[in-house]
Amino acid sequence: MPTIDPEAVVGSRITNQSLSRWLHSLPGVDKVGLEARTASLGTRSIKTDSKAWALDMAIKMMDLTTLEGADTKERVRSLCLKAITPDPTDLTTPQPAAICVYGDMVKHAKEALGKNKIHVAAVATAFPSGRASLPVKIADTKDAVNAGADEIDMVIDRGAFLSGNYLEVYKQILAVKAACLRKDGTRAHLKVILETGELETYDNIRRASYLAMLAGPDFIKTSTGKVSINATLPITLLMLQAVKDWFDQTKIQIGVKPAGGIRTAKDAIKYLVVVKETAGEEWLTPKYFRFGASSLLNDVLMQRQKLTTGHYSGRDYVSVD
Amino acid sequence: MFDYSPAPESKDLVKFQASYGHFIGGKFTKPANTFSTINPATEQVLAEISHGTAKDVDSAVKAARTAYEKTWSKLDGATRGKYLYRIARIIQERSRELAVAETLNNGKPIKETRDVDIPLVASWFFYYAGWADKLDYAGLGANPKAHGVVSQIVPWNFPLMMLAWKIAPALAAGNTVVLKPAETTPLTALLFAEICQQAELPDGVVNIVTGFGDTGAMMVGHPDVNKIAFTGSTDVGRIIAKQIAGTDKKATLELGGKAANIVFEDAALDQAVEGIVNGIFFNQGHVCCAGSRLLVQESVQDVVIKKLKARMENIRLGDPMDKNTDIGAINSKEQLTKIDRLVKQGIKEGGQAWAPSCAIPKNGFWYAPTIITGVSPANTVVREEIFGPVLSVMTFRTPAEAVAKANNSQYGLSAGVWTEKGSRILKMADQLNAGVVWANTFNQFDPASPFGGFKESGYGREGGRHGLLSYLKGSN
Repeated sequence: MPTIDPEAVVGSRITNQSLSRWLHSLPGVDKVGLEARTASLGTRSIKTDSKAWALDMAIKMMDLTTLEGADTKERVRSLCLKAITPDPTDLTTPQPAAICVYGDMVKHAKEALGKNKIHVAAVATAFPSGRASLPVKIADTKDAVNAGADEIDMVIDRGAFLSGNYLEVYKQILAVKAACLRKDGTRAHLKVILETGELETYDNIRRASYLAMLAGPDFIKTSTGKVSINATLPITLLMLQAVKDWFDQTKIQIGVKPAGGIRTAKDAIKYLVVVKETAGEEWLTPKYFRFGASSLLNDVLMQRQKLTTGHYSGRDYVSVD
Repeated sequence: MFDYSPAPESKDLVKFQASYGHFIGGKFTKPANTFSTINPATEQVLAEISHGTAKDVDSAVKAARTAYEKTWSKLDGATRGKYLYRIARIIQERSRELAVAETLNNGKPIKETRDVDIPLVASWFFYYAGWADKLDYAGLGANPKAHGVVSQIVPWNFPLMMLAWKIAPALAAGNTVVLKPAETTPLTALLFAEICQQAELPDGVVNIVTGFGDTGAMMVGHPDVNKIAFTGSTDVGRIIAKQIAGTDKKATLELGGKAANIVFEDAALDQAVEGIVNGIFFNQGHVCCAGSRLLVQESVQDVVIKKLKARMENIRLGDPMDKNTDIGAINSKEQLTKIDRLVKQGIKEGGQAWAPSCAIPKNGFWYAPTIITGVSPANTVVREEIFGPVLSVMTFRTPAEAVAKANNSQYGLSAGVWTEKGSRILKMADQLNAGVVWANTFNQFDPASPFGGFKESGYGREGGRHGLLSYLKGSN
């Protein structure tokens, strides 16, 4: 995988001052304009073949998630079986990209998935608050990687970001990325959660996206799903614009994962429209776009059944997970 | 890949008659002296339209005069308002049908007629309905008076919306009207005539006469008309001004424009690019206030042009009835020829034209969204109103240069300023010679906001309290 020289991108040795200067030189974001553009893309009418394509792609891009204190081995196993056979009445239904769980559930998920190519993603780094010392975050990450996690979803230190300590945020991402290395030299994929709901402004979200991208993750991700504002369409558009601009500048392609609050197939299709018309077709693959979701899958399955059979079924015709 | 399947709106939502007469005194006349009106996206004939003669214009003005004297001027404001509210509600009820009719006859995308044109039409009637019984507060003192009979001539770019801008304030103020839609887009005005019948508006309060420029000239010249309201080209506006010189006819003229859209280096660039696109490609650029001159600060020129081109690659040109179409058809062959001629002139004068790779349909009139770089204020494409999806790009170094270049135009209708610095917005708005200055947005319309221009962009205001004043005079 190609890498970048962070100092060349920032134009200076990496210090908190240079990072601050770099991030604050990015163009601002006009809230009204961004939300108007998003609303306009939301009126795209996706029908017939393109709808069928979008529904299948939405499933393939899904990180099917359970992140509850009450999670058990059985709960995780049940979710994995759902991922393996999302719709027993239609075996052409694609499988989701990954199962997303807490670190201690990784081994149960791996066991349940067996040889299946569905990935296991683990949240780490004192998810969701990120309030722990760096050694604890690194240990958390290594624990999940050693248990067999294919992907790590880390959180950034929002406190450090909001207090202007960009260097700290950057160094932590680098440290966690290093902790993703496996003994065989391969590396677990890294998704960096910005927790956009806590950054609050679009300007902050753009800066956090750039700061995260500088550390070289595979994905930037909106949210933990644990705060009141999670993924929204304008935030996702903004982050897609950021990865697109980053690619134009560095030739490095980074993925985007909105997570939390995407519950309907209709919403998922709007996200795909935004991906296509912001970042471009190159991002319309599970390699570069994911949905962090749980209840979304069943709604997509119901819409899929409607397209194949011509009539709506009910909630009892898809399995609870 | 993710290609959007066709998502066409149903043509069956509207039924046109085979031919239409004029709407005079509450009734349609027998069609006579007809010409065809077409769908510019397919060149198919939609209906036959009557070409108004002097006799037609005279009977329309007579009907309007009678209605003014016998009924409309005798009604109290609240009752006039009641009719306007009723019209507004019927427009909302029939909005889908009107959107389809407008798209078929004009060529603009259904997305725009559905989400912009028709909602604004209804909002204009709702807004002025509220004014009808509050004329004492319009700013002319107690008991202001209507002018009487008003001749209104509207263009083809926003056929029903321009009708609403004209008829709603005129009626609220107590005038009666004779309105002529453009020869290429008469159908929604004729549907509006049906709406007047449906609303049981007293006969003769609204009269619609169809036809060409000669019909319009007769409406302007008729001795029993008290006021002229015209939206259209500066050339025709000049003719009208000459025609009414020396009479006591009042006039509101809303004419051409060549708006500067000014992007400063500290702007929110992604949203500025959206604003540039919306400013010039909205409604195929058939917008008098279109942001047709882009002025971008030199330091961000490359990134803005790069982003603009990338964004333009996503513009979907094609069947206006498809819900995913962004750019529809050019309204007429004549307009297409004009756009083509001006762009060729721009290239001849040294400009570089660029358009995204988009397939152009076989039938109908189409022009790909185009930007022309390498031009200066001396070039034809920078000076003349193209009235099509064509953007001329220039640069500037300092705010003073931006103001100088923006104001260097025979027009003064609108302008846009893109900067994250609030104080700069206020200073620019103060210095720009334009009737409307949009800050960090473009092409926003609201019935409560006055609209109109300086210099050759015309005089008088439409919209808001100012728009109402154009249809009133003091009581002494």
